[in-house]
Amino acid sequence: MISSLVAEKLTCVRGERRIFADLDFQVAAGEALVVEGANGAGKTSLLRLIAGFLTPASGGIVLNTDKGAIADGEERGRHIGWLGHHDAVKPQMDVGEQLEFFARLYGAGGDVKPVLERVGIARQRELPCRYLSAGQKKRLGLARLLMSGRGLWLLDEPFAALDTAGRALAADLMRAHCATGGMVIAATHDPLGLEARSLRLEAA
Amino acid sequence: MSGPFLSLVLRDLRLASRSGGSAALALAFFALVATLVPLGVGANLNLLARIAGGVLWVGAVLAALLSLDRLYQGDFDDGSLDLIALSPLSLEQVAVAKLLAHWFSTGLPLTLLSPLLALLFGLPGPGTWALFVSLLIGTPAVSAVGAIGASLTLSLKRGGLILPLIILPLLAPAVIFGAGAVTAAVDHLSNGALGLLAAFAAAAVLLSPFAAAACVRLNLAG
Repeated sequence: MISSLVAEKLTCVRGERRIFADLDFQVAAGEALVVEGANGAGKTSLLRLIAGFLTPASGGIVLNTDKGAIADGEERGRHIGWLGHHDAVKPQMDVGEQLEFFARLYGAGGDVKPVLERVGIARQRELPCRYLSAGQKKRLGLARLLMSGRGLWLLDEPFAALDTAGRALAADLMRAHCATGGMVIAATHDPLGLEARSLRLEAA
Repeated sequence: MSGPFLSLVLRDLRLASRSGGSAALALAFFALVATLVPLGVGANLNLLARIAGGVLWVGAVLAALLSLDRLYQGDFDDGSLDLIALSPLSLEQVAVAKLLAHWFSTGLPLTLLSPLLALLFGLPGPGTWALFVSLLIGTPAVSAVGAIGASLTLSLKRGGLILPLIILPLLAPAVIFGAGAVTAAVDHLSNGALGLLAAFAAAAVLLSPFAAAACVRLNLAG
């Protein structure tokens, strides 16, 4: 179980450009944080920093868990459920295969059927992913989050391409995740639809 | 850790065997090259047997190259690599899984096909055997060296064009020792080519996952 995420004096530099500097924030288990900011303000960069793909130019991120504090980026990644703006879907594989592969890759047991039902694509289980719409691919992404069993969800534009029902579903999933002690950090321009703190990124 | 590892190997094999996959493409390319050369050179069996080792080895390396540029790039472009990087597997383990999958889908089928193609060159029995063994030992090195190049160029849009320039020079030892082993067998000479090839392959396979993982890390941060 994770208890909190603490970022201190976080500075992100991409190439020669300083994206943001001296960013401090905290998220506790059960909380959601919305990252806001204009295009190019560094929302995706912040998520990639937290995921450990990027290393901060200065400052640090610590994830506190019941097994101790984790400062290392790759170790922190083992607690992260990721929904990026790319769909991470292979057109040649069908929906069920895709989710089963992901479950095995993450060492998560359990049947994929209830998860597919929860996100509303159970009927497409045998369908090759090349026939999925962008919204259905997003729902598959949500299914992966549920399947991962990870405590900290990092979501990049979670509502993009989703219809009204899909947005409500995504908000429901986030609310349920927080209610069970999970943590959500979402970068989005849309209202999240649940109680969340917000972090505004200003161009440095 | 075996579950996640195996699932990644199996998925890559599945993708290679599906439509748009690379396994059949590499085999067809290899067969076509091996068919065209005897047609171009003419029916001089002595000459063909002499050049068979070199031609088939170069053909196999180029065929394996066809599928290498997608080794990481497909997963990088659609965001799958982010999810794989966050899995319980380390990037080194991911590199080993991808190396294995590439060899099973490309190197091994090419090796199995080679005795058949050796017939087109009138390669005698010992030569065919040497070709088979040298490819069996050498194709893992091709996948290993190729994986380094593929991970280095994974974020480049036309990385496939630069990839051969990076890895073909590095594969020269494999071609020299592999083709040398075949020629030596044709001449009934015994030489150390197979041993040197095995040493090269062992070094390549051992070092490749670390180099590839470092390149992937670099590109994920890019």
